[in-house]
Order: sequence, then structure tokens, then C-alpha cells
Amino acid sequence: MKNNGNNSIKTVVATGIGAAIVFVLMKFVAIPTGIPNTQLNIAEGFLALLGAIYGPVAAGLAIFIGHTLNDFVTYGSPWWTWVITDGLVGFAFGLAKNKLDIQSGVLSKGKLVWFNVYQIIVNFIAWVLLAPSGDIIIYHEPAKKVFIQGITTWIINSLSVAVIGTILLVLYAKTRTKRGSLKKER
Amino acid sequence: MNSQFLIGYNDKDTFLHRLSGSTKLIGFIAFSIIGMVTYDTRFLIGILVFSLVLFKISQINIKEVSLILKLIIVFAALNLLMVYVFAPGYGMTIYGTQHMIWRNPENYFNLSWEELFYIFNLFLKYTFAVPLALIFLITTNPSEFAASLNKIGIPYKTSYAVEIALRYIPNVQRDYRTISLAQQARGYEISKKAKFWPRVIGNAQIVLPLIFTSLDRIEVISQAMELRRFGRDKKRTWYMEKNFKKSDYLSLIVIFIIVLVGVMLFGVNGGRFWNPFK
Amino acid sequence: MTEPIISFKNFSFQYESQSEKTLDQINLNIFPGEKVMIAGASGSGKSTLGRCINGLIPQAYPGEMSGECLINGKPLNNSSIFDLSFDVGTVLQDPDSQFVGLTVAEDIAFSLENDQLPQVKMHEVTKKWSKKLDLTDLAQHSPQELSGGQKQRVAMAGVLIDESKILLFDEPLASLDPASGAASVKLIDQLAQKQSLTVIIIEHRIEEVLKGGIDRLVIMRNGKIVANDSPQKILKQSLLEKLGLREPLYLSALKRAGINLVECQNIDQVSRITEPQINQKLFEWNEHAKLSKKVKKGSTLLAINALSFGYTKEHPIIKDLSLEIKKGEMISLVGRNGAGKSTLSNLITGFLSPVSGSIKFKGQDLLNMSVKERAQYIGYILQDPNQMISKTMIYDEVASGLLLRGFLEDEIKQRVENILRICGLYEMRHWPISALSFGQKKRVTIASMLVLKPEMLILDEPTAGQDLKHYTEIMTFLEKLQQKNNLTIILITHDMHLMLEYTQRTIVLDHGKVLLDAEPAKVLTNDEIIKRAYLARTSLFDLAERYQLPSATDFVAKFIQAEREDRA
Repeated sequence: MKNNGNNSIKTVVATGIGAAIVFVLMKFVAIPTGIPNTQLNIAEGFLALLGAIYGPVAAGLAIFIGHTLNDFVTYGSPWWTWVITDGLVGFAFGLAKNKLDIQSGVLSKGKLVWFNVYQIIVNFIAWVLLAPSGDIIIYHEPAKKVFIQGITTWIINSLSVAVIGTILLVLYAKTRTKRGSLKKER
Repeated sequence: MNSQFLIGYNDKDTFLHRLSGSTKLIGFIAFSIIGMVTYDTRFLIGILVFSLVLFKISQINIKEVSLILKLIIVFAALNLLMVYVFAPGYGMTIYGTQHMIWRNPENYFNLSWEELFYIFNLFLKYTFAVPLALIFLITTNPSEFAASLNKIGIPYKTSYAVEIALRYIPNVQRDYRTISLAQQARGYEISKKAKFWPRVIGNAQIVLPLIFTSLDRIEVISQAMELRRFGRDKKRTWYMEKNFKKSDYLSLIVIFIIVLVGVMLFGVNGGRFWNPFK
Repeated sequence: MTEPIISFKNFSFQYESQSEKTLDQINLNIFPGEKVMIAGASGSGKSTLGRCINGLIPQAYPGEMSGECLINGKPLNNSSIFDLSFDVGTVLQDPDSQFVGLTVAEDIAFSLENDQLPQVKMHEVTKKWSKKLDLTDLAQHSPQELSGGQKQRVAMAGVLIDESKILLFDEPLASLDPASGAASVKLIDQLAQKQSLTVIIIEHRIEEVLKGGIDRLVIMRNGKIVANDSPQKILKQSLLEKLGLREPLYLSALKRAGINLVECQNIDQVSRITEPQINQKLFEWNEHAKLSKKVKKGSTLLAINALSFGYTKEHPIIKDLSLEIKKGEMISLVGRNGAGKSTLSNLITGFLSPVSGSIKFKGQDLLNMSVKERAQYIGYILQDPNQMISKTMIYDEVASGLLLRGFLEDEIKQRVENILRICGLYEMRHWPISALSFGQKKRVTIASMLVLKPEMLILDEPTAGQDLKHYTEIMTFLEKLQQKNNLTIILITHDMHLMLEYTQRTIVLDHGKVLLDAEPAKVLTNDEIIKRAYLARTSLFDLAERYQLPSATDFVAKFIQAEREDRA
């Protein structure tokens, strides 16, 4: 049996549908935190689930495409450093796929704690180190400004993943059928 | 319904509509990169004027894009204000001179011509690509988009992922609306009346059916595509691909020349900045 | 003798996640040029059999196989989906997911793109097939602009373009209105003849498919083939009824009139069926049966007055619509796609706000209430159950509405378990919802609304995708609710059986207006209305017309009344 073909097609479709969902979530679903101009972004939480199911390529590309399309229609032109950073975050989330092994239907507390530590580190590297450095090097923006933006984004995105991402991971794991486990009870 | 959310393709017949999507994509990317890197004000103004001329040629109705223009202005203004607030002296550091417009005794919020000029440059960088992006979106048939990506070297599977995203965004939007209302009827509260946490949980509950419906859809769509042999070969052809014509080659040459000018200016200026203060 | 094009020998299959075999010792030969219908209740294994024919099993659905299966000479266990796709063209149940292109033309050309056909050739072939399936004018349209029937035609063109000789349809009627369904059946028949195809149709709506002419009917039950013969023979033995499948209505009527089906000729077509005594016995029965007096009507529950709605002024979707719904009625709301049925129910539930007009529930103005407030009076059940389900376990899903309304745990448990029993889900109460079939999920959503005891229910296609057993279960259940608790129920439906058998009043919408508001028997015996609202004639009407009974409408009404009395 050749199963590879199917998996790569699934990755393509997951990327496309994932990007469509990211686009819709970014555009329509954001919960204000109370701090002006910052909102809890459900799309980042969804990204954790997408990565856990379909792996680094699908998650990385999905957020890259979804974010690009969203920037296009909201700001006219994508802010490339942030779009690329977001893509890398998706890729990093996807790397957790094997460790989380969400398809098995068992998601222990330990794994969830590990994932959240991991995602906070990933978000730190992405939003406090990479994105601002990119802005400084490519756009030549003042360091103070971009680091403040970066730190805010780090906190918000980590929070989004910690809350919404964790909920989605747990609920998704629950839906996985355990092999040969379904029996009717009278 | 589409046009409510997305700036849509309009089917006119102008020079820009006739160009291949690949040419426009290359042009957009090339100008974006050179415009991102350079701080030569003359060059930035040049590209902006050039793209406004193209915008005129493409016969795009200003009404189609008025909402987006407002958003961009707000976005740019906020960012520029932040730059000024956090780094009022940054312009002077870059240009190495000091021509103050006004200063106050504590040295907070001083404003120099250098800072103003730097911010003006930033403003150009935020906006020069917007007409180009709009032209690209409005004059390129979305059906041609994936083919164009593939033509400039993006693997066809990745290109098709973009096509799927464009194909299913309207479905996901419609699903989101339906699901959200059905869940509100069940009793979940997501309006402003709800406190922060209930609202987060409520939203997650809404997003859940949306995500699960979509995950099911991924399975069915991949089966449908596989049943029609997507992914069998290393390459594929495209029904909507536009072949390069004379005008495409000419445009690519023009693009190349403009980018070359941008690069040469680095040498002339001895760096990324054009400094009128020296 | 010719070799079979598809052959199963002692074939069994078990999905990885299941503890029992889904296909058990299947022996089946299908010959070139045959038109075969595979019918059976949900869970009988008919879809699984289809997945074996196009190769999705074992590639996309892993599991354990035994026995032999040959598709056009290729053994299933070492052929890929790609290999088989040249032999078998599959039209999936959900035409929206099969439509992967941005426009009709692109989608038709999809497999040619994957085969790397040069563009010029591709345009030529696509044009040819668009023409054959009457899609030329729609070539540049996006899927959002098409009706279900048109999308299905695109799907057909997209697989026929491969020139494969076997065409497999997975429940082709499930998402279509009656008129489109009938057109689709006709089209399949024409294509099969013109292209000399072998056609396999998986469906449980037997009467509709039989209309197009079928060579062989295969009936499955619990993973086994229990009947495999010409439709004539199966119908004569009344096997459908015995196996819990829906018998064509005209046959039920003939049986009621005392005709022995074994004696009938051409039994599979209402237009050609013959038996010496039909005429006389039908007249006798019709004479004998009396229509009972109409039941008196209750008080007004919902009053809609001069309601209008539209996204733009130029294209109103609901136009100056007025309607009164009495307490305790069971109403069917019918009409073509886009006639305004969903829009009307969205206006009632508050998902949309009207441009003008009023909606009153027991005299209270609904328009001043929020979506959540209206839900306490009117429960709305969406067509796609996946869009309503927000929990992962069946019990939790049904309980969530009560939890959010602050009920005590004991009462929740009692009410939920009671509803689960009624809906036939009790045994599965601790299953994850993801393990359920589409029909089972639908029952979960109905249960989760019923548990709130609303005064009125609006159900969008409540029985779509359900087999007769579950259909009857749900409908008798709704009927019981209507009669015992005086619940008012509105059913938005494409199912003419459902409309005839269970509802007392039919509202036909057309272009945002009420075209006709009458008893179902009157609606379905009015050719003008049937045509305008994209409905389908019932075979009872055909029967009555053919034998020139005094009043076709009365005949239909009498038959339905007799069926109802039997049910009670």
C-alpha cells in the first residue's frame, strides 16, 4: 500500500483550508483584552491545533498564506517581516506533532504543560527576537518602537495559544476514536 | 456577498488586465523588496508616482478601495506616531545632523527636520506598495493566481494550496456566520455583554464546530482530489495559465531596469539612505 | 459469456476503528454496461462497498481485507486510487467538496491538469464535456453561484472527462431538490446509454432511482448482500418492505387496494404497470374510503405580517410576506433552492433582521428579542449537524442547552437520557460524536433542541440522509410531540414523502412569496405549482391520473389518511 500520496495531498488541502480558516478568524474573530489595539487572536490558537494534526509544513504555510491574504485586504500590502515570522511560528508548532501525538486520543497534563512552555519559547524567539530584528534590518525602524510592539505581541499570542490552543487541543484529542473501542452499552 | 469582505477581481480589458499574472506577481515582489530596502526618497517617490500612473491605467474605481485606503491611513498614522514617540531623535542619528524645528527644556518630544524627513520616508515605504498590491488583486483573475505562482517557481502543490484557500474562504465565512448564530441561540454568550472569560470560552465553542466541520471537509476534499489524480505526477498544467506575450517581456525589462536603478542608487548614496542634509 | 467488470469474491473488510466487520463475505459480479443500484439502511455497508470500488479503501481508509476484489481486472489490494481512477469515475455525495476549482471550467479540467494535458487540448476537451452536460453558459461561474443540481453536473463532467467506463454515484439525490433529483436520474440514464457506461448508484431513495430504469437492485444489510436481482423480482416479492426499506408509494397504494403484486407486469414503472384488476380495484377502494372531517384549528401562535427582506433593494429575497401559524400544526415549507425558505426561518429565529414588516409570537413582538431570547420559544435545527455540535460527547452535547440554562444535575440527567432513548442514541451516549454517521449526528442535534422543550420547532431538512428506519423513528417521534405536547413544527424539506405523510399543511414559497398554502395532497396534484416550485409529482398522482379516478387529490389524501390511521 502506498500511503504517502494521500498524506501529501492531505497536507495540500489542510494548508488551503487552514489558510481559509486563519483568514476568516483573523478578520472576524478577535476578543479585545481591554488594552487598546491589542486583541486575543483566535487564529494563533487554531494554529496550534493545525500544527498538531497536520505538521510543520501545513501549519507554516497555512498561516503564511492566510496572514498574507488578510494583510492584502486589510492593509493593502503585507508586512512581510511579520508574515514570515508567523509562518515560522506555525512551522515550529507543527514540529510538536509527533511529541503531542494527538491522534492517539490521549493528551496528558504533562504534554500540555510541555507544549505551553514550548509555545511560549517559540513565541518569544519569534516576536521578541526575530520580528523586531527583521523590522530593524529591513525597514530600518527604531529599535525601541519595534521591541515594544514585539513584546506586546509575544504576550498576547502566547496567551491566545495557552487559552484557545489548549482548549482546542484537548477537545480535538477527545474526539479521536480509540482503535476498536466502540461498543454499544445497553 | 464576496465583495463585502474581499477586494474582488474586476473583469475589464486594460493593459494591466491583459498582462500575465506571473509578470504582475514578479513586478509586485520586485518593487516590494527594493522599496523595503531603500531609503532613497527620490526613488520611493518615483515608484509611488509610477504605481499611481499604473493605478490610473488599470481603471480601478476609487470607491472599490476607499475602505481599505482609510484603514491604511489609520495604520500608517499609528505606526508613525509610535516611531516619533519612542524615538524622536532617531532621524538625527541616521542623518548625522541637527536641524531643530522645536525643542522643549526637558528634551522630550523634540522635533527635528531630520526626524520629520525620516518619518516622511517611512510613510512612503508604508504606502508605495499599496497601489501595486491593489492593482495586482483587482486586475488578476484569482483563477490565474495559482498558475502564476507555479510559473515563477513555487511548487505546484503549494500553489494549489493557495487556490484552495481562495476557493473555500467564502464557504468558511458563511459557515462561521451560521455556526455563530446557532450557538448564540443555544445560549452561548459572545457579545460585548459577556465578561472576558465567558466570552473567550464562548468564542472557542463557536470556533470548535467551524474547525471540526472544516477538518471533515479536508478529508473529503483530499479524497475528491485524489480520485482525480492530483499529486500523481511531479508537474501539472493549468487551464487558466496565461502564456508570456511581447508585452510581458517588455514589462519584465522595465521592472528590471527600475530595480537596477534602485540598486545603483545604493552605490551613489554610499548606503541605503539618501541624505539631503549634508 | 462476458467477464464481469467488477467482481467481489468472499470479500470482507473491517475498518481500523471498528470492532466488527463492515463488509462480510461479499459475492457480487457487475457486468459491463449494467446499471446497478446498491440500496440499504445506513450502516449496512453500502458506502463501504462503494469505497472499495474506487480504491479509497484501503488507501484512504485503512483496515483489514480478505477475499478477492477485481475492478476492471485490477486487484484492489495492490492498485492505487490513481490507477483505479482511470476505470472508475466517482461522484461524491457532497458536490461542494468535490468542486475544487474556482470556476466550472477549471473544475471540469482538474484531472486533465493533473495528467499534464497541454492547455489547447485541455480547453477543447473541456468545451466538449461542458456542452454535453449543458454547462457551457456556466463555464465562468464560481461554485457559490450554482445550485446543487448544477454542481452535480459539474462533478459528472469532471469525471466523465477521463472517459472511464464505470461511473459510481454515492447518494446522488441527498442534496438535491425533487425536480433536480429527477433530472439527475434522467441524465444518468441518458449518459449511461450514450457513453455505454457501467453505472453504480448507491442510494436509499429507491423509488426515485427506479424511475430512470435499473437493471439490477442489490440490497445490503449488516454488511451482507441480502438481495441481488432485477428490480421487478424484488418488488414483486415485496422484499423492500420486509427489509425495512421504502417501497414505492404506488405499490403501497396498489397493495392497499387489494392487488397481488406477484401478478403485476412492468412493476418497476408506474406508467407501465399492468394487472387485469387494477382499474376496478382502485375504483372500489377509492369509492369505499372516506375522507374524515378536518380537525379544528388552534389559536394563532406565530403571525407574520407584510415581511420583507433583501441584501439590496433591487433583489428582495422575501417580498411582503404574510403568514399565520396555529398552535399544534405540523407544516412543511417547500420551494426551489433560493425561494426564500432558509431566509424566512432565519428571520423568525433572529439570525437576520427584516427590512420591514412584523413577526409576532403569541402576540409578543419577536423583532425586539435577541437570538438567544427567541430560542426559548422556537428551536431551530440546522441542516448540517456538524455546524451545531460544540461538544465532543453525545451526552454533553444534548445536556449543554440545559446546563447553560441553569438546570439541576438530576433533572438534566433524567431529561437527557429520556430524549436519548427516544432518539435511539441511548446505547451510544458515551461515544465521541466524531464516531457517528451523518444521520446519527443529525439525531443528536434534534435531541439537543428537544431537550429544551420549546413551543415551536423549525427543522431544516430533518431527514436528509436518513434511511427509512431512522426517518420513521424521527418522524413518528416528532408527530408524537406534536400530538401529545401540542408542539408546533415547521419542516423545511425537499422530501415529498415527508410532506405528504406527516404534515397537514404545506406552504409553497416562490421568489420570496407564498405561492400556495394548502393541504399537501392539493399541492402535489397541481402540475403548475409542481413546476414552478421545482417539486416532483408523486407516483400516487400518476396512478390516479392513469386510471382516471374521479379526483386525484382526494385519492392521494385518502391514501395518506389510511397510512396515518395504520400508524396511529
